[in-house]
Amino acid sequence: MSYTIEGKTGAWELVIGLEVHAQVISNAKLFSGAATEFGAEPNSQVSFVDAAFPGMLPVINRECVAQAVRTGLGLNAQINTWSRFDRKNYFYADLPAGYQISQYQHPIVGTGEIEIELEDGSTRIIGITRLHLEQDAGKSLHDQNPTKSYIDLNRAGVALMEIVSEPDMRTPEEAGAYLRKLRTILRYLGTCDGNMEEGSMRADVNVSVRKAGEGFRTRCEVKNVNSVRYVMQAIEAEARRQVEVWESGGEVEQETRLFEPARGITRPMRSKEDAHDYRYFPDPDLLPLVLDEAWIAELKSGLPELPDAKRARFVRDYGLPSYDAGVLVAEQATADFYETVAKGRDAKAAANLLMGDFFAAMNRLGRSIENPPVSAADLGGLLDLVADKTINGRIAKEVFEAMVETGQPPAAIVEAKGLRQVTDTGAIEAAIDKVLEANADKVAEYRGGKDKLFGFFVGQTMKAMAGKGNPALVNDVLKRKLG
Amino acid sequence: MSLTDLTLAEARAKLRAREVTSAELTGAFLEAIGRLNKRLNAYITVTAEQAMEQARAADAALAKGQHGPLTGIPLAIKDLFCTRGVRTTAGSNILGPFVPPYESTVSANLLRDGAVFLGKANLDEFAMGSSNETSAFGGVENPWKRRQDPDAVLVPGGSSGGSAAAVAARLALGATATDTGGSIRQPAAFCGIAGIKPTYGRCSRWGTVAFASSLDQAGPVARTVEDCAILLGSMAGFDPKDSTSADRPVPDFAAACGRGVKGMRIGVPREYRLDGMSDEIEALWKQGLDWLREAGAEIVDVSLPYTKYALPTYYIVAPAEASSNLARYDGVRFGLRVDGEDLADLYERTRAAGFGAEVKRRVMIGTYVLSAGYYDAYYLRAQKVRALILKDFTDAFGQVDAIVTPSTPTAAFGQGERMDDPVAMYLNDVFTVPANLAGIPGMSVPAGLNADGLPLGLQVLGKPFDEESVFAVSAAIERAAAFSARPAVMA
Amino acid sequence: MSLDPATVRRIARLARIHVEEAEVAKLQGELNGILGWIEQLNEVNVDGVEPLAGAAQMSLRMRDDVVTDGGIADQVLANAPGRAGAFFTVPKVVE
Ligand SMILES: [Mg+2]
Ligand SMILES: [Zn+2]
Repeated sequence: MSYTIEGKTGAWELVIGLEVHAQVISNAKLFSGAATEFGAEPNSQVSFVDAAFPGMLPVINRECVAQAVRTGLGLNAQINTWSRFDRKNYFYADLPAGYQISQYQHPIVGTGEIEIELEDGSTRIIGITRLHLEQDAGKSLHDQNPTKSYIDLNRAGVALMEIVSEPDMRTPEEAGAYLRKLRTILRYLGTCDGNMEEGSMRADVNVSVRKAGEGFRTRCEVKNVNSVRYVMQAIEAEARRQVEVWESGGEVEQETRLFEPARGITRPMRSKEDAHDYRYFPDPDLLPLVLDEAWIAELKSGLPELPDAKRARFVRDYGLPSYDAGVLVAEQATADFYETVAKGRDAKAAANLLMGDFFAAMNRLGRSIENPPVSAADLGGLLDLVADKTINGRIAKEVFEAMVETGQPPAAIVEAKGLRQVTDTGAIEAAIDKVLEANADKVAEYRGGKDKLFGFFVGQTMKAMAGKGNPALVNDVLKRKLG
Repeated sequence: MSLTDLTLAEARAKLRAREVTSAELTGAFLEAIGRLNKRLNAYITVTAEQAMEQARAADAALAKGQHGPLTGIPLAIKDLFCTRGVRTTAGSNILGPFVPPYESTVSANLLRDGAVFLGKANLDEFAMGSSNETSAFGGVENPWKRRQDPDAVLVPGGSSGGSAAAVAARLALGATATDTGGSIRQPAAFCGIAGIKPTYGRCSRWGTVAFASSLDQAGPVARTVEDCAILLGSMAGFDPKDSTSADRPVPDFAAACGRGVKGMRIGVPREYRLDGMSDEIEALWKQGLDWLREAGAEIVDVSLPYTKYALPTYYIVAPAEASSNLARYDGVRFGLRVDGEDLADLYERTRAAGFGAEVKRRVMIGTYVLSAGYYDAYYLRAQKVRALILKDFTDAFGQVDAIVTPSTPTAAFGQGERMDDPVAMYLNDVFTVPANLAGIPGMSVPAGLNADGLPLGLQVLGKPFDEESVFAVSAAIERAAAFSARPAVMA
Repeated sequence: MSLDPATVRRIARLARIHVEEAEVAKLQGELNGILGWIEQLNEVNVDGVEPLAGAAQMSLRMRDDVVTDGGIADQVLANAPGRAGAFFTVPKVVE
């Protein structure tokens, strides 16, 4: 944690907090029966409730509440059995009712925490302040017409979880690690797909700078940053801007800003300028949300094994290095694939094969773990052939590539290409006799004490046997014959 | 006796006995509307063709001996209830030509039960008013006249003034109305008819243009207590589309009207004796209590110490909710749009042109009491006083089955008399507002005339979801009062 | 607390209601009249009283997660004063 920005007046430390808006995975919207799928025809997934027609009323979706509770449990957070929905009042083109239904005073989830790991292998705990449920807004398209903005309300009313962190992060790297870890947890829980490109996960970044030992200075909120990379860049850019403001004798104004990736700078957000008196009050169309303990317990019992626990288990049960385990659990699908391959086999060999040749092939061919270049079963089969000495390690590589190309199971490839390793000593002796005969001079040098020639004889023998000789046997026989 | 003079119950009996057809009945009301509505302005929209279609369908059903509770009964629908395919205005210019693609739950329930809709009744803009003078479609004339001054145009009360005037003038057998601070009970009292605001949650709010969501309740107005009971029986019921709708069965309200009050304990809140309350109101109140005593009820003094704060509490809570509820009228998805140089300007010009003076005042008051720095002093404090007011009623209903008070501090007043003083206008609702804050049922029943020959009403308040006791007490007052006076202007 | 003209303008702005300069004084008088009358609530001792948001004495009912609505773009757009194809339109917004 020695990251600082060097200014004219010395080193500045960063204080970073994240507000992440995560779109809840549900069939229908938070308060209406309209669908939530991404990319539908404009305004085709809009009910009169979403469009705030006269007399329309909200009715809450149980699954959205369940997803928020699951997420809270996954963040080791306190679940509030009494929470309430408030109205956040402001006028905007994609906010049909003129207010957003959110949870201001009484969120459904209270304080929790996330453990992040940094490149140097160190870990840090980042505090979660709260998680609350709220409605997403619609979408304004500003580039369709020279004088008009177009409004699509498909997204209006979709459930969001706003997950607010403590200002516990001090470097862009920590913010990136936090965002990646949060994404992994949400995907494990199945409460958000974490797709930042489609906007189902968006980050508002709160940044301030200070001299070492100081209290907090004024922060700015950089809104809707939509990739981990941009979040890290936005923090850097905003922090540098603030340092310049302070050092030029100015005052940083608390304001909402936007990050412009192209120019690598942040700028004030015009549309938010005068929106800052939201007049929150309890939504009179809704009643307090009261959760019963039994239901919470039921949801808890249904939670999957989360990444931290899985990683610890991989280290413990499979004897993997912590780093490898971390790579394998980053995505639930990868972890499951790995376990299918590793079950009842050499778990380390399985990890090496997966993280080596398999990942290489997957990336080379632009495939994914859901659509792998080689099935888990075949990959296991390949490991079995090595284990039972049907083939040796060098041949295994060749077989794997053939599997990728042909999609054939390993055994079939070994048979077709006749790649079984030779364990019949007769055949090996014959091969070795030929080699020694053809290299009588070298045999003499060896016997004369040039031990390092032994490797040469092994190589020649393997060559003669097209690589299929059992390495151990070849060694034994050579030793004996060269005596 | 003319068809339009029948009560809803009488008309229903004649329809079922095939003594009259719905087409005849509906035709008679449409004819009366044609004659009188230009003057009274009780209807904003008259749906004659649709009404006759519905009437013929009702007759076909009746001919087959199939009928629902309201088959063939012509009604007026307050223009706050969204009606599919029929323009709905909320008495405002801001909805412009808005035609709802949906039917409010309450009006849909009435259609389900066979009712015929004559048209959409006039109202104060967004139900904000007590005289119907804030309607963008003009005031409504109260069909009643002062004996001494028959030319003066009196207000019908509000906000359901069109509904009440239409029923009083025999331009409908009954009407839907809504009550946020007295908008059913006060116009009913001013027009010499009955009207009930049921318990909050009894009637669905879905599809009814919202004023103040935590206070709004739909209810009927009609010429008799029994007619109100019949209508409420159809309007009420659980609606999963309204999160505040109560999931409980709808009792037989009409049956409750015949119960009598023998052995019931009736509360009289001493705090309702306002200083300066007119003698005739005082006298009417005493008379009503005597009638109930004679009918076998026990009259008990109760105390509602915080109700004197109900009105100012209401004028924080209702505008606060309204300022948010009316934000959706922004000229983007429906209704009026006045173009501006940018979006904010479009909003401001649309809302400046679309909202009337009273709505603007309330939206601004509501915006102010919720704004940064004032929330605690106004809105939060009002919510706490509201809790105290509810506790008043909870305690009182620990001792009594119902509470009886005057419906209004005065009889109907003249158009224009109170428009320049908002607070004086607000005082109309001093007796009715507490029931909305507490969510309890309240009914106004015509009980007599004042010296000018104008109707006065008594209010019966009941426990939450005990409308049956309210109907029983109201019906007893109605029987004793034998109110038979008729308005000067009627079909 | 009594409103000055600046506050009246600020409130009107927050409420998105255009107010002509000439109307400000009248509005200020009316609003202050109402607020002055409302302030009698300050007499009430509300120490330790739990605020009451609504009259419905229940907790929130939850619905099932099934798609029951949408697919009615034509009806949603039918009343729109500004429209281009399947979109609502407003004057261009700068973010
Ligand atoms: Mg935020
Ligand atoms: Zn948010």
